[in-house]
Amino acid sequence: MADLLAPGHRGCAGCPASICVRQVLDAAGPNTICTNATGCLEVMTTPYPETAWKVPWAHSAFENSAAMASGIEAAYKALNRRNGTNKKPNIIAFAGDGGTFDIGLQALSGALERGHRMLFVCYDNEAYMNTGIQRCSSSPIGAWTTTSPEGSCSSGKTQRKKPIAMIAAAHDIPYVATACISYPQDLKAKVKKALSFDGPSFLHVFAPCPTGWRFPSEKTIAMGKLAVETGVFVLYEMTDAEPMKPIVTVKPKEFRPVEEYLQAQGRFAHLFKPKRDEVTLKRIQEDVDRKLKWVGLKP
Amino acid sequence: MSRKIVKGAEAMAIAGKLAKPDVVPAFPITPSTTFPEKMSEYVACGELPNTEFVPVESEHSAMSAAIAASATGARTCTATSSQGLALMHEMLFIAAGMRLPIVLFDANRALSAPLNIWGDQQDSISERDAGWIHFYGENAQEGLDLMLMAFRVAEDKRVLLPTMVGIDGFVLTHTSEPVDVPEQKAVDDFLPQYKAEHCYLDPERPTTVGAFAPPEYYMETRYQLDEAVHSSGPVIDEVFADFEKRFGRKYSKIEYYGDRDAEVVFVAIGSLCGTLKDWIDEHRAKGQKVGLVRIIVYRPFPFKELKAALANAKIVAVVDRSISLGYGGPVFSELAAAFVNDAKRPLFKSFIIGLGGRDIKLNDFENIYNAASADLKAGKVNEKMHWVNINKEML
Ligand SMILES: Cc1ncc(C[n+]2csc(CCOP(=O)(O)OP(=O)(O)O)c2C)c(N)n1
Ligand code: SF4
Ligand SMILES: [Mg+2]
Repeated sequence: MADLLAPGHRGCAGCPASICVRQVLDAAGPNTICTNATGCLEVMTTPYPETAWKVPWAHSAFENSAAMASGIEAAYKALNRRNGTNKKPNIIAFAGDGGTFDIGLQALSGALERGHRMLFVCYDNEAYMNTGIQRCSSSPIGAWTTTSPEGSCSSGKTQRKKPIAMIAAAHDIPYVATACISYPQDLKAKVKKALSFDGPSFLHVFAPCPTGWRFPSEKTIAMGKLAVETGVFVLYEMTDAEPMKPIVTVKPKEFRPVEEYLQAQGRFAHLFKPKRDEVTLKRIQEDVDRKLKWVGLKP
Repeated sequence: MSRKIVKGAEAMAIAGKLAKPDVVPAFPITPSTTFPEKMSEYVACGELPNTEFVPVESEHSAMSAAIAASATGARTCTATSSQGLALMHEMLFIAAGMRLPIVLFDANRALSAPLNIWGDQQDSISERDAGWIHFYGENAQEGLDLMLMAFRVAEDKRVLLPTMVGIDGFVLTHTSEPVDVPEQKAVDDFLPQYKAEHCYLDPERPTTVGAFAPPEYYMETRYQLDEAVHSSGPVIDEVFADFEKRFGRKYSKIEYYGDRDAEVVFVAIGSLCGTLKDWIDEHRAKGQKVGLVRIIVYRPFPFKELKAALANAKIVAVVDRSISLGYGGPVFSELAAAFVNDAKRPLFKSFIIGLGGRDIKLNDFENIYNAASADLKAGKVNEKMHWVNINKEML
C-alpha cells in the first residue's frame, strides 16, 4: 500500500475510519482530492499544524461533505474550460454515518441528483463517535449509545437502521455499493469501479468501532467479518442498469448465529444480562432475515 | 459603456456576468432570485462559456460549494437574502476563516418571524461579526459598481476575504433604474482572472485546508482574521480610486452629503439615503443646515472616516434599518462606542426605521430632525431609542 494516509494520526487503537481511508486511497491513487465532514476522521487526522493526508483534503463543516465535493467538481470543470486543460482528479467525499444518514443527507441527496462526478464514502461506525457515542439513524436496533441508553424503560435504540444504500440507489445514480473494512479486496474493487463512472457513486462502508461498540481494539477486523458472516451486514453493489437490485459480492457459505455478533460487543450486553431480552433479540433477528431476503440470500 | 434600464437585482446579475465567475452555486430566495435565474440563463445561452452554475439544494450548500470551489482556485460568487443568508450563517464564518475571496450579493430583507419578504437590513447586519467585508449601495448603479469592486478587493493578495454587497430588497432590487453598464473589455482590464496562490486543491501540490485548531493556535487565527478585515481599508480606497479613474464614478467608504458644519447630522445605510437626501435638499433650501453620513463600507468599520466626518456634529441621528433585539440599533451602538473615549464627542440618538418594508417617507426625516434638534437644545438625549412611524394603536 502506498499509504496516502500517514500513520501517527490520533485515531484510537484499532480505529476503522483510518483503515477505511487507507483502503479507499490505495484504490484511488494519488490523483485524488478528498473532502471530509466533521467527525472522528477529520479530527484525528488534521490537528493543526499536523496532517495525515498526502492527497489534497478539505474540511469545512459537518453536514456538507457532498456539497463541498460538488464545488470542487464544478471548479475543475470551469477551470479546465478557462485554462484549456483536462484535469480530472478523483473527487472523494468522506463522511461518518452522522454526516451521511442524518445531518448530511440533504446535501448528499442534492449532490447525487445533480450528478456530480464524485464518490461519496460513508464510514459507518453506527453512532456519533466524535461527540461521545450518540445514537444516529444508522445505529442498529438494541444498541446502547449515550442518547439511547438501556434502562428499566429502554433496551437501547428502538428504531431500525436507515437503509442508506437503498436511499442512495433510489437517486438512480450509476453505482452504489456496500463494503466492509474486513474485506479489502472487495472494497478496493468497488472503489475502482465507482471511480470509473462519469457521475456520482456511493459507497457505504461498515466500520466497527472498538471505542463506541465496546470491544477490544485488536478485534476490529474480526468484528467486520463477524457482521458479514452473521448476515448483519451484507456486501453488495447496484448499478443504474438495474437500480435497487443488489448483486451480492461476498456470500458467506452459511450464516453464523446473529447472537455471536451481538455478544461480542458491550453495546448489546444489556440484551443478555441480567436476563435475555427476548423481544429485542427477536426484532433484531427479524430485521436481519428481512434484509437477507431482500438481497436474495434467504428464501 | 451602455445605458440600460434594469431592476436592481438584474444589475447585480449583470455585474456577476461581467466578472466572469468560474463557479456560481446559488439557491433562489425573494428578492435575490433574479441573480440565479440570470446567471443560469447566461450560462445556458453561452454568454458565460466557462462558468459552472451549480443549482444547489439549499443556501447552506450554496455557501459550502462556494467555499470548496474557491478553495480549488475558482472565482466564485453567489446571491441570497434573509432566511437564505441566515441558513448560510455557519458557512459565512468558515468562508472568512479559510480566507476565501467569495463574493455574495445580498438582497437586504427582513428576517422571520413573522415571515416578511420586504426590505430592511437585519439579515446582513446580523452577519457583521463573520469576518466578511460589507458594502452597501444606495441604488442599482452603486450595487453593480460595488459588486465589481468586491471581486477586486476580495481577491487582492493583501486582502483575501469574502465580501458581500447589499442593496435593499424591492426598493432597489425590484425597481427599474437607468444603469451604466461598463464594457466587458474595461472590466477585464480592471478585474484580471483570479489566480489563487494561497489555497487551491490540486493533487500536484497536496495541501490540507480546514484543519482544526486547538487552543494554542485558534486565537492567533482570529487575531489575524480581524487584522485582515481592518487592514483591507487602504486596499478598498485604492480599488475605489482605480475604479473612478477607469469608469468615472467616485466611491468612498462613507459619503458626506449636505453642510459640513451642520450641528445635526444623520447617519444611515442604503436606499433610504436617497429619500433623506431629497429631504435635506428641501431643508437646506429653507436656509437650515443639516448633514448626512452614508455608510457604504460597513466592515471594516470606517472609524477614521466617520470620526472626521462627524467632527463638527453636535448631535448624530443614527437611523438604523435593523435592530439588535434587546439592545437597539446596531449602527447606533457601534458608532457611539467608537466615540466613547473621546473627550469631545457629539450626542447620539437612535432611530429604528423601515423594518420589514415599512414605508420611509420624507416626513419621517422631518420628525427625526425635530426630535434630534430638541434634544440638542435640551443638552441631553431624552429617549434611548425612537421607533419611527410605528402604529401605537396596534401595540
Ligand atoms: C452543525 C453541527 N452540529 C453538531 C456538531 C457536533 N458534532 C461534531 S462531529 C459529530 C458527530 C459525528 O458523527 P459521525 O458523522 O457519525 O462521525 P464519527 O465521529 O462517528 O466518525 C457531531 C454531533 C457539529 N460539528 N456541527
Ligand atoms: S471512536 Fe471509533 S471511529 Fe472514532 S477514532 Fe476511536 S475508533 Fe476511530
Ligand atoms: Mg459515526
